[in-house]
Amino acid sequence: MADIVFESVERSFKQGGKEFLAVGGIDLTVKDKEFVAIVGPSGCGKTTCMRMVAGLEMPTKGRVLVGGKKIIGPGPDRAVVFQQFALFPWKSVQENIEFGLKSLKMDAAQKKEKTARLITLMGLEGYEQAYPHQLSGGMQQRVAIARAYVLEPEVLLMDEPFGALDAQTRVVMQEELVRLARKNPKTVLFITHAVEEAVYLADRVVVMSRRPGLIRDVIEIKPIREKEGWDQHSRIEDVMDLSSFVQLRSQIWKLLREQNLGAEH
Amino acid sequence: MSQLDRLNPGEYILWTGLGLVSFLGFWYLSVSLGLVPRQFLPAPHEVVLKFIHLVSEPFSGYTLLAHIASSFQRFLYGFILAVAIGVPLGLLMALSKFANQLITPFFESIRFVAPIAWVPFAALWFGTGIGGPVLVIFMGAFPPVLINTYRGAMHVDKKYLEAAKMLGAGRFRLMTEVLFPAAIPSIVAGLRISAGLGWQSLVGAELIVASSGVGYMMVKGQASIQTDIVMSGMIAIGIIGLFIDILLRQAEKLAVNYKEA
Repeated sequence: MADIVFESVERSFKQGGKEFLAVGGIDLTVKDKEFVAIVGPSGCGKTTCMRMVAGLEMPTKGRVLVGGKKIIGPGPDRAVVFQQFALFPWKSVQENIEFGLKSLKMDAAQKKEKTARLITLMGLEGYEQAYPHQLSGGMQQRVAIARAYVLEPEVLLMDEPFGALDAQTRVVMQEELVRLARKNPKTVLFITHAVEEAVYLADRVVVMSRRPGLIRDVIEIKPIREKEGWDQHSRIEDVMDLSSFVQLRSQIWKLLREQNLGAEH
Repeated sequence: MSQLDRLNPGEYILWTGLGLVSFLGFWYLSVSLGLVPRQFLPAPHEVVLKFIHLVSEPFSGYTLLAHIASSFQRFLYGFILAVAIGVPLGLLMALSKFANQLITPFFESIRFVAPIAWVPFAALWFGTGIGGPVLVIFMGAFPPVLINTYRGAMHVDKKYLEAAKMLGAGRFRLMTEVLFPAAIPSIVAGLRISAGLGWQSLVGAELIVASSGVGYMMVKGQASIQTDIVMSGMIAIGIIGLFIDILLRQAEKLAVNYKEA
């Protein structure tokens, strides 16, 4: 069981001597093997939420639990795919993917085999010895995903992983992630500001509002997706044309727009 | 013409040549016209002849090349010791606030002491053994290594540290596989400064606590009022210093062969 639980989580920062509340009381459960996307305007604290699950930041109040255990720091049971990839520029593709395995007690042959499997899965054959700067953005992102997946984490945290990619590459990566996630489901917390992306990928979409960051609404996608048979379509544009998709997308859009209007008044 | 405009090769040679020739000419004339007494300053051609002579003929027990070899060996020991201690310590200070707080006051209190000020202790502790010069070189070379390693490691993008921690890396791996490679360009830049200071301090040390080496040769030359020997030593110091710097510049080029992703 690797569920993620936010229990009345607050997080405040000091800015210019003043305390300001970035995340103001979040209660949320991401069930085991569930794919949850958090959408919200920039500055709504969605990245902070992810970082608290990662253990890179600590809640000021409340607690975050993964698999029933309180998070006290970063660790390889939760893999993170960062927006800026964060591949080690001084390590080759192979060395980047192997990095996490090196800390584990496992014989060398097994590590090699796991790395090779991920290289094949992510279509990185022939690039094992290349360095990150020699790769395109899409390829770098594949390496970053492979580096996270190779540890077979139960929890996968993704912070706008496709935000730095061009539109065409992003679509390909989204389709690949759907394939990966449906075939081999993990508990995923996916941060994005792209509504389509959230609806397409997630089982549930959490809409956040800003200042302080609060959960505005939670939209169930999975029952509709399964009923309408989205996954029979392999291309994202075919899914995006379905009326059930359009409806969900505009529902979430409206929620985001309303709070933006609220902020202006 | 401003400094920013580049000279073409012809102009480059012309102006460099003109500078050198007028310098040597001025030197030669002031000695040959008797403006400066001979025992204070040798003529340039005498220095060149002496330099060539010293290569084959021993002075104070060794030929010039043997003196250089002996100096260079001491330099290497002191320099390697400074790198071997300075790099890990700098990384540790970047990783741990406690280590930083522990080391900084001590380090700050010794870093402004000129390396040459350690000569009395070098003499006291090591006599004319190799330890004395090595200590003085170490005191010259160590601070730049430590400072540049620390600064380079402090400037590492936080995302790499976070990624490494999420992938289960402990402190040792953070130091060796993240901070160290990230700091390499800064470390190598520090090595050049450090080698320069180390090499300069060495001659100072050899003036007092050695029985061979370029500095020792110079002090013996001065004692017997052979200024051409002193000057030959200065030329040797300059040439070897330049040689060390060129080597490290090559290392610098090799070290920065990866780019930011």
